[in-house]
Amino acid sequence: MKNLTAAERVAIARHPQRPNITDYIDGLFTDFFEMKGDRLCREDPAILGGVALYHDRPVTVIGTRKGKTAEESIRCNFGMPGPEGYRKALRLMRQAEKFRRPVFTFVDTSGAYPGLEAEARGQGEAIARNLYEMSRLTVPVITVITGEGNSGGALALAVADRVLMLENAVYAILSPEGFASILWKDAARHEEACGLMKLTAPDLLALGVTDDLIPEPEGGAHLAPARTIREVDRALSRHLAALLKESGPNLAAKRYLKFRKMGVSQSKEAAPPREEP
Amino acid sequence: MNSIFAKRRNRLLAMKALRDNYIPGDRLTVCPKCGQEHQRGAVAKDLFVCPGCGYHFPLGAYHRLSMILDSGSFRELNEKLLAADPLSFPGYREKQRTAQRKTGLNEAAVTATGTIGGRRCVVGVMDSRFFMGSMSAAVGEKITLAIEYAAKNKLPLILFCASGGARMQEGILSLMQMAKTSAALARFSEKGLLYISVLTDPTTGGVTASFASLGDIILAEPGALIGFAGPRVIQQTIGETLPEGFQRAEYQEEHGFVDAVVPRSQLRETLSRLLRLHEKGGRS
Repeated sequence: MKNLTAAERVAIARHPQRPNITDYIDGLFTDFFEMKGDRLCREDPAILGGVALYHDRPVTVIGTRKGKTAEESIRCNFGMPGPEGYRKALRLMRQAEKFRRPVFTFVDTSGAYPGLEAEARGQGEAIARNLYEMSRLTVPVITVITGEGNSGGALALAVADRVLMLENAVYAILSPEGFASILWKDAARHEEACGLMKLTAPDLLALGVTDDLIPEPEGGAHLAPARTIREVDRALSRHLAALLKESGPNLAAKRYLKFRKMGVSQSKEAAPPREEP
Repeated sequence: MNSIFAKRRNRLLAMKALRDNYIPGDRLTVCPKCGQEHQRGAVAKDLFVCPGCGYHFPLGAYHRLSMILDSGSFRELNEKLLAADPLSFPGYREKQRTAQRKTGLNEAAVTATGTIGGRRCVVGVMDSRFFMGSMSAAVGEKITLAIEYAAKNKLPLILFCASGGARMQEGILSLMQMAKTSAALARFSEKGLLYISVLTDPTTGGVTASFASLGDIILAEPGALIGFAGPRVIQQTIGETLPEGFQRAEYQEEHGFVDAVVPRSQLRETLSRLLRLHEKGGRS
């Protein structure tokens, strides 16, 4: 496993038989009750959410949904949510706050949907609002990046106390294809982009963007879904137990500081001298 | 004493603003929207708005500040913050130096305190000439420090957004700036303080999906492109041409995402009015 290239991990992360949100809900929770709709205009099947029991404790579960069959994929827009999906997620998170239950989010999306309707209904505003509100929730929030986590569309569910990542999952500013197309005007150079983007679980753990790495079976999660889900369960239990010891305001304060520290900049004195025109 | 410093600060801003006068052409300039040729001086006199069609030319950050702030009130914050190269991205350092040399800026955002109509506030301005106004960690840090400064000093905050989105060369760390700035705004807002976001051409990507969309009041300059996904990407996705005026400021106003589209000639007065209307704001 250690010798996989970033591009190989991207391929595993996108494998059609990789466990998806439905598998995680079936394998980790009992008594799941799905809640639909953003209460504003529609239901977005690209995000699945509801309330369930996790080891007998009520929790809120939210995840992006990619289908496994063609029909399913079309129905949930290939896991690319619109603003309604993010607003539903926010509605569920506010409910979690009200009923004092932890929030688990599962992220596997190639990004927020770049469509005309999505723009007309404020895709940018919906994502921004989630970042803003998630930063101040006073219940534990744990995110698991299970497949690909691309762009603001992934981050909108990932302002969490703990961001965990499956070993072969990837998390990035956008897809390697999009990255290559923006930077070099050539989407075909996506493999080269993979190597530069620092999008693998070990890279992101080293950068401090994620908090833990969940091991996968040799060859990838799709080869042994049950074992993968057991590993996720073990990680979730451990992190949740630690977070449940904290007070609500403490959780919010620590979450704030965690994201506050992200990113490196420098002051001019430390920088190499600038040439004057 | 104070007035000497004020004069000096004013001269400094005026000098920087002058260097920022970057509409194309020597004596004559061609409007990119209507194609008409105008005297450069006439365009400059109209606050860099095309006298023919009303097109708003992009403004440099210091130039914008000199138009908005009361003369002599400008004081820059965290001027010396620069981008690092966290991913050791090939060619990034060199590109930074080129952008700095070409624009005279240290980064794609300038933050400052000053007064508008005599009322003190914190103002941040993004500059689309520097890496398309993209969000580096340094930009995120400058914006966050400006938000925190405003929170600490109980001042209203105004951010002029202009951005192509994420800074590709900083990858995921660029993405994290969206969470960082939005979280800082949540804390700022809890203090009962006013945040006005002004969307200028273009405001897209990660900036739209974070601080640009979180203003208590959101203003936009006429014709500004405002959206999350860029028009080219959307066109590729849906495979049809986009309607006229799609994602422009007026469209966003119509769809409920902008409070008012304000022409540049009225912007200063509008901001001044809004500051006055919120003067009693702020929980102690």
